[in-house]
Amino acid sequence: MKLLELERLRAGYGPITALFDIDLALEEGETLALIGANGAGKTTLLRAVTGLNRAAAGAIRLQGAPIHGLPVHTIAARGIALVPEGRRLFPSLSVEENLRMGTCGGRRGPWTLERIYSLFPVLRERRTQLANLLSGGQQQMVAVGRALMANPQLLLCDELSLGLAPAVVKDIYRTLAGVATEGVSLVIVEQDVAQAIQASDRYLCMREGRIVLGGTRAEADRAAIARAYFGSAPQ
Amino acid sequence: MIEWLDTLIQGILLGGFFALSGLGLSLSFGILRIVNIAHGDFLVVAAYLGVATVTTSGVGPLTAILMVVPAMGLLGYLLQRGLLNRAIGTSELTPLLITFGLSIILHNLLQEIASADYQSLDAGLVETASLALGPIQVGWLPVGILAAALAVYAALDLLMARTRFGRIVRATVDDPETTALMGVDTRRIYALGMALSMAIVGFSGMLYGIKSSFNPQAGGSQLLFAFEAVIIGGMGSIWGTLAGGMALGIAQTVGYKLHAGWGAFAGHVVFFAFLLLRPSGLFARGNGHG
Repeated sequence: MKLLELERLRAGYGPITALFDIDLALEEGETLALIGANGAGKTTLLRAVTGLNRAAAGAIRLQGAPIHGLPVHTIAARGIALVPEGRRLFPSLSVEENLRMGTCGGRRGPWTLERIYSLFPVLRERRTQLANLLSGGQQQMVAVGRALMANPQLLLCDELSLGLAPAVVKDIYRTLAGVATEGVSLVIVEQDVAQAIQASDRYLCMREGRIVLGGTRAEADRAAIARAYFGSAPQ
Repeated sequence: MIEWLDTLIQGILLGGFFALSGLGLSLSFGILRIVNIAHGDFLVVAAYLGVATVTTSGVGPLTAILMVVPAMGLLGYLLQRGLLNRAIGTSELTPLLITFGLSIILHNLLQEIASADYQSLDAGLVETASLALGPIQVGWLPVGILAAALAVYAALDLLMARTRFGRIVRATVDDPETTALMGVDTRRIYALGMALSMAIVGFSGMLYGIKSSFNPQAGGSQLLFAFEAVIIGGMGSIWGTLAGGMALGIAQTVGYKLHAGWGAFAGHVVFFAFLLLRPSGLFARGNGHG
């Protein structure tokens, strides 16, 4: 059964349409890379799936049940978690309090505070500190940990590697690979095309609010992706 | 010397009431970013609810507190759910205008129902009994109000710092959008925050009705005093409001000692001085205690 389906989805910000007739299907346990230039509509797509942006037309279904139009907190409680761009940690909460916020949707599952701490031991050492005092990489660990604490069926990751050291990025992607083997589906939005495709089963390339190319990791062709990404062959 | 010490102690005792009443206002601003212009009128509504409870059920005012506080909390919840939540996400001016309108409505409604006559809540001996601290006499009632205010502050601090509810409230104040992504219905959190604020307003209103007589006009000056306590303490800082209430209480008793007509005026002068010289107040917001 398909975990997530988008059908002719149209969404945007007020009068501005940023997504045009998006069709997309994601299997359970599948990892999908969503690539494209700035302004291609990747973040808007994630925001539409979480309910932060209302679908103007079309449908979003989770395990066959329509979720478009539901409030953000209800969609979260159905098992969709987002690691937002820029992390968006709660500045007046400690590391541990930030992680605990992930449980507010009330879903049970394998992810507990203890497991997050064994995954990222440095967070246990810093658990009483305010989250914003951590380094960028550690903050990203909190953001990923917070999303996992929700025990999601679908994890959406927006620009995980932005501003982080390559070693940290590698660490976080290794964690995500582990998460995927436990049956969680992932959508990974990245500027770093090679990183995203390498971490995924399949990729979709977006441009100007539309999906312009897609394929499996094995058949990913750099020249074709570059053409789709920029809209024409780079000289 | 003893005389001035007496003035200082009486000021702190009076400040206990301002701190408590200011807390209701501070909380609705801290959590909801709503400046509740109807704050003083709700305080007076609570006092009238106290009168109604005492006359219909025959219990004393201190027992009536146990009924009025939850009733005011429920009123706050319904007010937020039914009216103020609709204004969230619009301009900052909208909730201000709504509560301004509410203030006028409540004021006139009280006048219509209860007449413009002065009323009071008679709690008996506790209102006049006093305690001798060496040469200084302090009343049991102001001591009780100060103790109650400190207890409410301590309880609120524990609630915000140690509980799941407090954590969710702080997260909502930080970033409502991300809090919703965590599976939290933030509108419900706003409604519970308003309920908490109005329960404290209900408690302050009952204590106000016991310590002084009131009529439907009294809301205006009560709003002003609470507002002064919040601004002197620093807007958005809960513990700042406690300090602001104390500062206002001391200013008023010192003013009163200098001249019988200068009590409230001295408080306004201190408030004005803060607006002019240190508009962020004693404790500028930043510790995150919503």
